[in-house]
Amino acid sequence: MKPKLSVNIGKLKLNNPVMVASGTFGYAEELKDLVILKELGAIVTKTITLNPRRGNPPPRTCETPSGMLNSIGLENPGVENFLKEKLPFLKKSGVPIIISITSESGVEEFVKLARRLDGVKDISAIEINISCPNIRNDTKIPRCQGTRLIAQDPKATHEVVKAVRKATGKTLITKLSPNVTSIAEIAQAAEEAGSDALSLVNTLIGMSVDAGTRKPKIAAITAGLSGPAIRPVALRMCWEVYQKVKIPIIGMGGITDISSALEFFICGATAISVGTANFINPKTATEIISGLKEYLSENKINNMKEIIGDLKL
Amino acid sequence: MPQIKAKIVYNKKVKENYWCCVFNAPEVVKKASPGQFLNIRVEDKELLLRRPFSIHGIQGSGLGIIYEVLGKGTKYLSRRKPGEYLDIIGPLGNGFDYKTQGCQGTMVPVLVAGGMGVAPLFFLAEKLRENQNPKSKIQNVVLIGAKTKNHILCEKEFKAAGFDVRIATDDGSRGFKGYVSELLEKILSADLRHVQSASSKDAERSRGIYACGPKPMLKEICRISRKYGLSSQVSLEEHMACGIGACFGCVAETKEGYKRVCKDGPVFKADDLIW
Ligand SMILES: Cc1cc2nc3c(=O)[nH]c(=O)nc-3n(C[C@H](O)[C@H](O)[C@H](O)COP(=O)(O)OP(=O)(O)OC[C@H]3O[C@@H](n4cnc5c(N)ncnc54)[C@H](O)[C@@H]3O)c2cc1C
Ligand SMILES: Cc1cc2nc3c(=O)[nH]c(=O)nc-3n(C[C@H](O)[C@H](O)[C@H](O)COP(=O)(O)O)c2cc1C
Ligand code: FES
Repeated sequence: MKPKLSVNIGKLKLNNPVMVASGTFGYAEELKDLVILKELGAIVTKTITLNPRRGNPPPRTCETPSGMLNSIGLENPGVENFLKEKLPFLKKSGVPIIISITSESGVEEFVKLARRLDGVKDISAIEINISCPNIRNDTKIPRCQGTRLIAQDPKATHEVVKAVRKATGKTLITKLSPNVTSIAEIAQAAEEAGSDALSLVNTLIGMSVDAGTRKPKIAAITAGLSGPAIRPVALRMCWEVYQKVKIPIIGMGGITDISSALEFFICGATAISVGTANFINPKTATEIISGLKEYLSENKINNMKEIIGDLKL
Repeated sequence: MPQIKAKIVYNKKVKENYWCCVFNAPEVVKKASPGQFLNIRVEDKELLLRRPFSIHGIQGSGLGIIYEVLGKGTKYLSRRKPGEYLDIIGPLGNGFDYKTQGCQGTMVPVLVAGGMGVAPLFFLAEKLRENQNPKSKIQNVVLIGAKTKNHILCEKEFKAAGFDVRIATDDGSRGFKGYVSELLEKILSADLRHVQSASSKDAERSRGIYACGPKPMLKEICRISRKYGLSSQVSLEEHMACGIGACFGCVAETKEGYKRVCKDGPVFKADDLIW
């Protein structure tokens, strides 16, 4: 018997629990020659804002031991250009499309974006990115001025999620930051405010310096760390959140193959997302899907759901 | 732009710290154009990102790169043996526009290479020659800049392709002493004098520059190109994560805002770049 791979994220049914993470898969068109897109569980697109955004000055990326730093600064064409230029291709891919959004100003921009996307039928879900470390957060949310992220404050998280919840009937996913003392506390705030699911984690804030020139390797000085280097931290956070919330978790952070994907399922993730690994082997996500089928068959497990949170203690 | 496993047929040191690697990659060869590059996986535990290398030449189904061993990734590459396989994505990016410019006889191609910059320019040289009318009297020129006389790459190969080869070395151990961009400016100002005495107005505009090399050199080339009103194309390098346009990690500033070096480049018109 073929094991059942499908899972639900809010109202959204995924054929399989393996998706690709925001910012690491462009708008999918860039990968069409390299990946059989229709095999993916879902595609999460690069975070968009209401208006076009230029992003940060280069250099924007550098490699670090078993990881990388990035400070793209959310370069994107803005929501209207996105809908006109990028969505038509995404639609053709035949898999659920999850649109990641953020605000450059305040809660109102989140609400405007969510309302705008709510009416677009080809969009399956909205992910709110309240955890990008690469934009200066000058939001009008009083608690988040300066460089604080919304996802670093449970009350601000609650406020934003609640406002977006009111603006859309689509499945709502909140993306959390690992740069916090207690991620479970933030997760609970998002759940209480009506988020249907949680994506975790975004990147860890880091730095790298060229000792020869004494210059930072990234122009924006600090940047987000991703890749296998952050996997143990991300996994621990997945487990912590799983014990405290009922809504599904989309786990990510350094997943590169089937065994690292399984770690996240076992620690409570209903679905997983592949990020940095797309750069190294664009077929990582589809290889994980085949790996998952094999693993379940070999272990005589009929339904994927049986391994979620099944950490043997 | 396929992702393939390419079998290495040759991988040896050329001179100093420069290596040449040839692998069998018919799928890539079919589509390759000068100025495009490959993103090669380094399957080392500690290393993560692929490393970009320009396509240096093709022969049959073989595809060659030349590279300088600088860090762990290129060291890994230099240890690979014939018979082993490399995981390659390519050809990537937009290469040189040579068909409309360099081959119609209205432009005299001048190739300007700084250091490793010869890598894509040699492939370009071969394509220019292939596409030019053999009867045309165009004398293709290449300026090669290197640290010392021991670091000059591909001189013989360019000569065999019928190029007039001019050399500049930083230490003056061969050819012009100084930067290759200075050598270019010297040649252009001599052109100008020649043109003025011959009173032919537009001859100085007839050079088309194709350049690849370190950033400061390319910046100079762009300045010179504007000063002399030339049409120039330069191939940029930027740190890359994906190499396929998906991450927006590799941007360069242009008149139309940031552009991705890996997807919109690596070759740009000099006039479009902002330094
Ligand atoms: C489009 C393009 C074409 C290139 N073609 C060639 C070529 O034909 N021959 C050649 O020798 N080199 C070429 N390079 C440069 C080459 O990619 C780097 O020298 C190489 O990645 C160094 O890797 P490493 O691990 O040995 O060095 P490290 O210094 O350890 O590399 C660390 C990180 O920095 C990146 N990096 C280092 N130097 C550069 C650079 N100059 N440009 C971009 N990223 C860099 C690496 O990819 C890696 O992520 C090219 C670069 C680009 C962008
Ligand atoms: C180059 C790059 C760009 C990213 N851009 C975004 C983004 O726009 N929005 C977002 O929510 N996360 C973004 N991320 C974070 C990833 O979606 C993911 O949460 C993180 O990288 C951890 O997973 P990984 O280790 O598998 O990459 C980006 C990550 C990278 C490496
Ligand atoms: S390296 Fe990712 S967009 Fe160029």
